[in-house]
Amino acid sequence: MSHSNAKRAAGLRRARGVLANIGRFAVMLATTYLGLLAVTFFIGRVVPIDPVLAIVGDRAPASVVERVREQMGFNLPLWQQFILYLRQALTGDFGTSVLTTNPVMDDIIRVFPATLELATVGTLIGAGLGVPLGVVAAVRRGSIADQVVRIVGLIGYSVPIFWLGLLSLLLFYARLKWVAYPGRLDVAYEYTFTPITGLYLFDAAWTRQWDVLWDAFRHIILPGALLGYFSLAYISRMTRSFMLNELGQEYIVAARAKGLSERRIVWFHALRNAAVPLVTVIALSYAGLLEGSVLTETVFSWPGIGLYITNSLQNADMNAVLGGTIMIGSVFIAINLLSDLLYRLLDPRTRVR
Amino acid sequence: MTDPSSPAPESWRDWLLTAEPRSRHQARLGRAYVTWRRFSENRLAVTGLLIIVALVLVALFADLLAPHSATVGNLAGARLLPPGSPGFLLGTDDQGRDILSRLIVGSRITLAVVALVAVIAAPVGLLIGTVSGFAGGYVDAVLMRITDIFLAFPKLILALAFVAALGPGIENAVIAIALTSWPPYARLARAETLGVRNSDYIAAVRLMGASPARIVVRHIMPMCLSSLIVRVTLDMAGIILTAAGLGFLGLGAQPPLPEWGTMIASGRRFILDQWWVATMPGIAILVVSLGFNLLGDGLRDALDPREAGR
Repeated sequence: MSHSNAKRAAGLRRARGVLANIGRFAVMLATTYLGLLAVTFFIGRVVPIDPVLAIVGDRAPASVVERVREQMGFNLPLWQQFILYLRQALTGDFGTSVLTTNPVMDDIIRVFPATLELATVGTLIGAGLGVPLGVVAAVRRGSIADQVVRIVGLIGYSVPIFWLGLLSLLLFYARLKWVAYPGRLDVAYEYTFTPITGLYLFDAAWTRQWDVLWDAFRHIILPGALLGYFSLAYISRMTRSFMLNELGQEYIVAARAKGLSERRIVWFHALRNAAVPLVTVIALSYAGLLEGSVLTETVFSWPGIGLYITNSLQNADMNAVLGGTIMIGSVFIAINLLSDLLYRLLDPRTRVR
Repeated sequence: MTDPSSPAPESWRDWLLTAEPRSRHQARLGRAYVTWRRFSENRLAVTGLLIIVALVLVALFADLLAPHSATVGNLAGARLLPPGSPGFLLGTDDQGRDILSRLIVGSRITLAVVALVAVIAAPVGLLIGTVSGFAGGYVDAVLMRITDIFLAFPKLILALAFVAALGPGIENAVIAIALTSWPPYARLARAETLGVRNSDYIAAVRLMGASPARIVVRHIMPMCLSSLIVRVTLDMAGIILTAAGLGFLGLGAQPPLPEWGTMIASGRRFILDQWWVATMPGIAILVVSLGFNLLGDGLRDALDPREAGR
């Protein structure tokens, strides 16, 4: 009897702990998002000397300026403007793009899959190569292989990605002709291929259009490899560090004493434990690639959200710039929190007792 | 042995490494010597240091070193000359300007950007972190929440939006980068503060009647400095890359300023035929940020042996 009572009490404690965690999470998400919107509000409404003039231009007659000012709520006190701004942003209303004349949200939904596809390919390449390289570097610490991985990683940290993009275009597209012209598809396919999800590789494979798939692959491989190198630098370094940590633990000695093969110890026992923090690292590098795509997309004319933001910047289209900023910021925040959550799920030590 | 200031009977080495230093001065020098020994064993770290020293020297003596003008070119006879042309070691750009001279003068901009960002962002982070860690309670909760909010933002995108609103230019780029780079320093300083705030020497200073402000400034901030310096050095490469990226997008330094990222952007049009115009500034950026990364790695290993080799 008392046993089951104790069990129930433990269960209640556990449930309360989980609820508290969820509550803490919700507060974190809400305040971070509020902070993001406060900063974009500040950038859009407070920093420019007169946001109305930025919209109508300085040659507009005074009556027009006054009307726009009232329409946009700029005659209200700042805090009321902020409430209005919050309400609009939370319903996905970021205003209209001056450049494309569409609602910014529609534009973002149209261009976002391109960025998502590119960042996904980059992360797959980065994690697929970075994790094994990091493991090898940790196992053979101090060897030539370790040094090479370290230098490759350091260069990845130090190289301007847009410059590497330009040079790789020069080499692989212009000189060697191994890859396709910047963009997502050849002009011939642009009009015959109707995307479903906007992820061209997936859409082409789904509809069994193998020639389109090959063409999309030839377009994505270079920018994807570039972003992949960027995340490889980070992932391999972190993998090495985590693996060194694990390989020094006593359970490794125990596994060796049991007579397990070295390969099994490294790739199964140690890597499995290192995988827990690695998930966080990979998630963070994915978020970083979404951001890093701004420069890469500009170089490769990749019609994603990065190119959208830079094109809008050149045309002083602040609605579009801030909408894109909020979009990338939201995804960034979501991935950050998700990776935190995932870490708690995967690592039993962080669970509430 | 009677006069500690003249270590004649012993060697300098023994004087520096003694287990019983006679003055604070000697103890400090001794620690610096040990750190330097650990640092100088690391060949990569020394390479990094040499690169940065070279950068500083080039920036200081840019006027003497640059063979040609960085902003006025020879449009008539020297447009787009390849590297190795007589008088133009790295070639010339589309306006007949010597690329080597532009790189040399541009080193000043790069150095100024990293120095300004470090001078703005590091003290802000240090102040917020130490105050937050020392005060605890609500102050800590609020300050750290703000820090976390800024930490969760995508830095480059936010810097872009800031510059878009402030208007392009190198000063605004510096402000935007500084605004987005203080949060990690605040986190770091807070962690260090939590490590020392309950130690005996802080209790002793407090008993002697030191005010909280004095404790934070004189007794806690110095403890945070070494890890902060390492972190700032490691961030320098990122700052250079962000500044160059802003320049590449046309939001950083404006032409004719020889900022390296801006130079890559203007060389982009000729990349197929005159590859050197965009290539040379990129190499300069790569070498300098590699230098900062190597130096930062070496400093971390030397100052914090626990983390060495990680």
